[in-house]
Amino acid sequence: MENIAKEKSIYSFFHSIGQKMLYQIWFSGFTIVLFFKALLQMRFAFAKRREIVKQMYVSGIKSMLVCSIVALFGGMILSLHTGVELKRWGQQDVVPTLMINVMNKEMGAFLTGIILTAFSGAAMAAELATMKVSEEIDALEMMSINPVRFLVMPRIVALMIMLPTLSIYTVILGVFGGALISYFQLGLTFEDYYHRVYESIWLKDMYVGLLKSLVFGIIISSISCANGLIAENGAEGVGRATRISVVSSYLMILIVGYFITALFYGGFL
Amino acid sequence: MIELHNICKRFGSKIVLDDVSLKIEDGETFVIIGQSGVGKTTILRAIAGFFNPDSGEVLIDGIHMDRATSRVKANLREKMGFLFQSGALINWLSVRENVALPLVEHRIGTKEEIDRIVDEKLELLQLTDAAEKMPSDISGGMKKRVGLARAIVRNPRIILYDEPTSGLDPVMSAKIDELIIKMKNELKVTSIVVTHDMESAYRIADRIAMIYKGSVLQCGTPEEIKNTTNPFVRQFIEGRLHGPIEV
Ligand SMILES: Nc1ncnc2c1ncn2[C@@H]1O[C@H](COP(=O)(O)OP(=O)(O)OP(=O)(O)O)[C@@H](O)[C@H]1O
Ligand SMILES: [Mg+2]
Repeated sequence: MENIAKEKSIYSFFHSIGQKMLYQIWFSGFTIVLFFKALLQMRFAFAKRREIVKQMYVSGIKSMLVCSIVALFGGMILSLHTGVELKRWGQQDVVPTLMINVMNKEMGAFLTGIILTAFSGAAMAAELATMKVSEEIDALEMMSINPVRFLVMPRIVALMIMLPTLSIYTVILGVFGGALISYFQLGLTFEDYYHRVYESIWLKDMYVGLLKSLVFGIIISSISCANGLIAENGAEGVGRATRISVVSSYLMILIVGYFITALFYGGFL
Repeated sequence: MIELHNICKRFGSKIVLDDVSLKIEDGETFVIIGQSGVGKTTILRAIAGFFNPDSGEVLIDGIHMDRATSRVKANLREKMGFLFQSGALINWLSVRENVALPLVEHRIGTKEEIDRIVDEKLELLQLTDAAEKMPSDISGGMKKRVGLARAIVRNPRIILYDEPTSGLDPVMSAKIDELIIKMKNELKVTSIVVTHDMESAYRIADRIAMIYKGSVLQCGTPEEIKNTTNPFVRQFIEGRLHGPIEV
């Protein structure tokens, strides 16, 4: 008897793991298909320009303040840590090079991605999930209005534009944060600092950074919209959709960010 | 004509529709009654083609709604309006924009024509004063009326009402009833109405069907329902606490 019970519990254990994995595979597929559907709908981007601009405003302008603070203080922390250490060896001149490289290659896109996940990703998931559970998506379907064109495409386009834009802004402010620290703590003049920054800008770093932020924009908006569209069970489902989309966006930003870095700097290209 | 043949549907392990067959004639007002959670909304959703039934078929004027391609579905839905239980308004669009949405999205008519049609529908549902308000600023009953205005804006031949009068005051309910009757008489609209309001059901219905646990318990004219001998139906229409229906 006991054995049978044991076997059963082991069976149900693997059964539930299997089910979760199948669900994950299904959901990944759903998200990717959703993105490609939105890509197809982008031929209506001009007709939907008002909605796109609105989404850009919601995700871009409203997160500007937070973005500024994170970028500035992020840059200051980074340069403080490295600068104080480097100064002991008389190498504080390297800080500007370091700052522009790190911000361009990695931190610009990464910080912006993190902020916009919390800002717009969560908002998109919550908004679409609310619409789903209150029959609004069904109402659209009933009116033969394509939810991908009406809701998803403008959001994805908006983030595809806003994430690179904000990421450039983050880089500029982050580097400026470094300048402040260099001036007040490391004894470099602003002129020196920006001269060195200018010397160390690499085109490749810039386009890899921008590519990253573009991909992050796609990831965040697609995952959030997909989570919103499959929500069910009322308010609880809205919370769930929001939570899951934030967590999976973070994970995907890290994982995909690594692979893009590996692709361009890992000796493949 | 709308036909449902032996529709079965389960969600997970729960059987929601169990062998439902209905035949609704053109121009008929068909009322569906039953307790909460017995599958009334699900029947409307089956007719509107929101899911494929596990077995059975849905025919609208002889065309399969179940398993239809999205183009066929879109064509069938063009002739249909659906009033959702909660109104289902798009919350960042004003009342006017919500009602105009089907016309605007499908580019039906010029701006002036759209304005004229929308004004007419708003007037019909006494919403003219609320036209510029946002859905979050109007009451539940008003949301429902806006939902109805949107459902009828393209002059559909078939209208599916999910509890059109719940949340409305008695006068407004009577007004909606009158509207349903008027659309039937003047425009030969086929209406399928889910309601809990027996008075309204008797007023508007050509036939009434009572649903219990996912199947049709009895289907007949209001007279037949009023004089029913079925103890389940009796208990429901009289609203008695004790009887065969498990609460
Ligand atoms: N998509 C779905 N997934 C899972 N269960 C569902 C789904 N749709 C409906 N159900 C279940 O089917 C049953 C019937 O739902 P339905 O909405 O048709 O009831 P109803 O008769 O309209 O009730 P009410 O009068 O409260 O609106 C409910 O128990 C509901 O939980
Ligand atoms: Mg219902």
